Amino acid sequence: MEPMPQIPILSYDVVVIGGGPAGMAAAIKARELGLNVLLLDENDYLGGILPQCIHPGFGLHYFKEELTGPEFASRLAKRLVELGVEYRTAARVLEIKNYSDLEKVVIFTSPTGVYQVWAKAIIYAAGARERHAFEIGIVGDRVAGIYTAGEAQTLMDIYGVLPGKEIVIVGSGDVGLIMARRFALEGAKVKAVVELMPYPGGLARNVMILRDFNIPLYLSHKVVEVRGKGRVQRVKVVKVDENLNEVPGSEFWIEADTLVISAGLVPNVKKLKKIGVEIDPATGGPVVNDRLETTVPGIFVAGNALLINDLVDYVAEQGELAAEGAKEFIENGGIESKKWVKVKKGQNVRLIAPHYLSGDHDVYLYLRVARPMENVELRIPGIGKKLRLPVVKPAEMIRLKLRAKEIQKASEKLTVEVVRA
Amino acid sequence: MIYRFTCIVCPLGCSIEVEVENGEVKEVRGYKCPRGMEWAVQEVISPKRVVMTVIPVEGGALPTVSVKTAEPVPKEKIPELMRFLAKLKLKAPVNVGQVVAEWEGIKIVATRGA
Repeated sequence: MEPMPQIPILSYDVVVIGGGPAGMAAAIKARELGLNVLLLDENDYLGGILPQCIHPGFGLHYFKEELTGPEFASRLAKRLVELGVEYRTAARVLEIKNYSDLEKVVIFTSPTGVYQVWAKAIIYAAGARERHAFEIGIVGDRVAGIYTAGEAQTLMDIYGVLPGKEIVIVGSGDVGLIMARRFALEGAKVKAVVELMPYPGGLARNVMILRDFNIPLYLSHKVVEVRGKGRVQRVKVVKVDENLNEVPGSEFWIEADTLVISAGLVPNVKKLKKIGVEIDPATGGPVVNDRLETTVPGIFVAGNALLINDLVDYVAEQGELAAEGAKEFIENGGIESKKWVKVKKGQNVRLIAPHYLSGDHDVYLYLRVARPMENVELRIPGIGKKLRLPVVKPAEMIRLKLRAKEIQKASEKLTVEVVRA
Repeated sequence: MIYRFTCIVCPLGCSIEVEVENGEVKEVRGYKCPRGMEWAVQEVISPKRVVMTVIPVEGGALPTVSVKTAEPVPKEKIPELMRFLAKLKLKAPVNVGQVVAEWEGIKIVATRGA
């Protein structure tokens, strides 16, 4: 037998996995902090999902102006290149190994071969995956014409191919609504947006799209079946009650040649699970401290791999934060805190991150409520923090800044709740 | 005629009603700030949108470039604009921010390079 060819070894302070907004912002920040950084992305181009998000609405916080997705991505990419950050596209990560706190290995394939990179820290910014038709219980024929929203978006906005003429969209989150607009603009007929919940899943400005194009929105409904010969021909829709159970006799069919599934995103954490990173079932992403470090020391996470964000601005912010964490970790050989304050979910808080706070730094808490409410107070009784909010919705992530001083007032835990004011 | 909107100016999402009689705005209700009121009136009188699409490009890394209108376009003119944009073809190189066409005085700007 031939001996195994030697896998070339590269060495960096930090490897960033994922070249989307979180990864690029992390790599830029890491470089600015003087770290030797390598960025890897499996796509042929940088930007992650942004180059296909051609609608405006990005960057109002981060760049203080309204950009489209590709514009946001190209600004970060330009800065990356200016700083001379090393990156590889078409680089697929096969495995992450955690030998010790300051010895981590990332093995990746690329058009020029297989490599292993040794690094002291890893920033994992691999984004999320889309939930697919089987996951939301749609049965029926296995036909052409069923796409996730992201697939349809790639077809239309990268390759210039309209995926269908008569389209039913499952899910009224931002992605589904934005795709409804793109289909309608390009001349397809959007026959319905079907939403399981009794309220739309997206931001108000995106719900407006339905009005612009006279697209029917079916709230408290779900698509249960798809039928066709070769290609989608019709989909079966059924009403659901307040417990999300199907209402007998309420089903009807919609003729369509395309079904687009926009049923939410799930953080991409398979490779992290393999090395023992603890996952929070509520966010679907890793349990992290206030430096966005996972439960495996030196492995940081940012962006939609951490939790599903609705603004790219927060994604980029998390990337920078993870880079600062990596810097601190590498310099001190670990992130130490005298005590960790555990963040607990109180009333009407569905998910929250980070999970542990040191009180050494100011921190942003990112949280989502479980159900819509008006006239509420976001409260952290343990430290006497209160914030009045006129309205909260599951679709809109709440970002709350806590000062180090405030956190220091907490004992071993801190409960965050959203209650009627 | 009463028009009802969920305001999109800020995350508050006020429910605004605009009452119109004989083509004139008579009353605006439900807003909590002047920006919201202006927006709702604008929505009734002449709603405008930034329009985005992709244009085929020859010789680029990707088969299309994405474009947007440099300013919001009156809503009723969008189908006409889309038909104009559908006829365009470009050749690489195209840079982000480059004006690739003009339609009725509105600049069409590339938002992706090729």
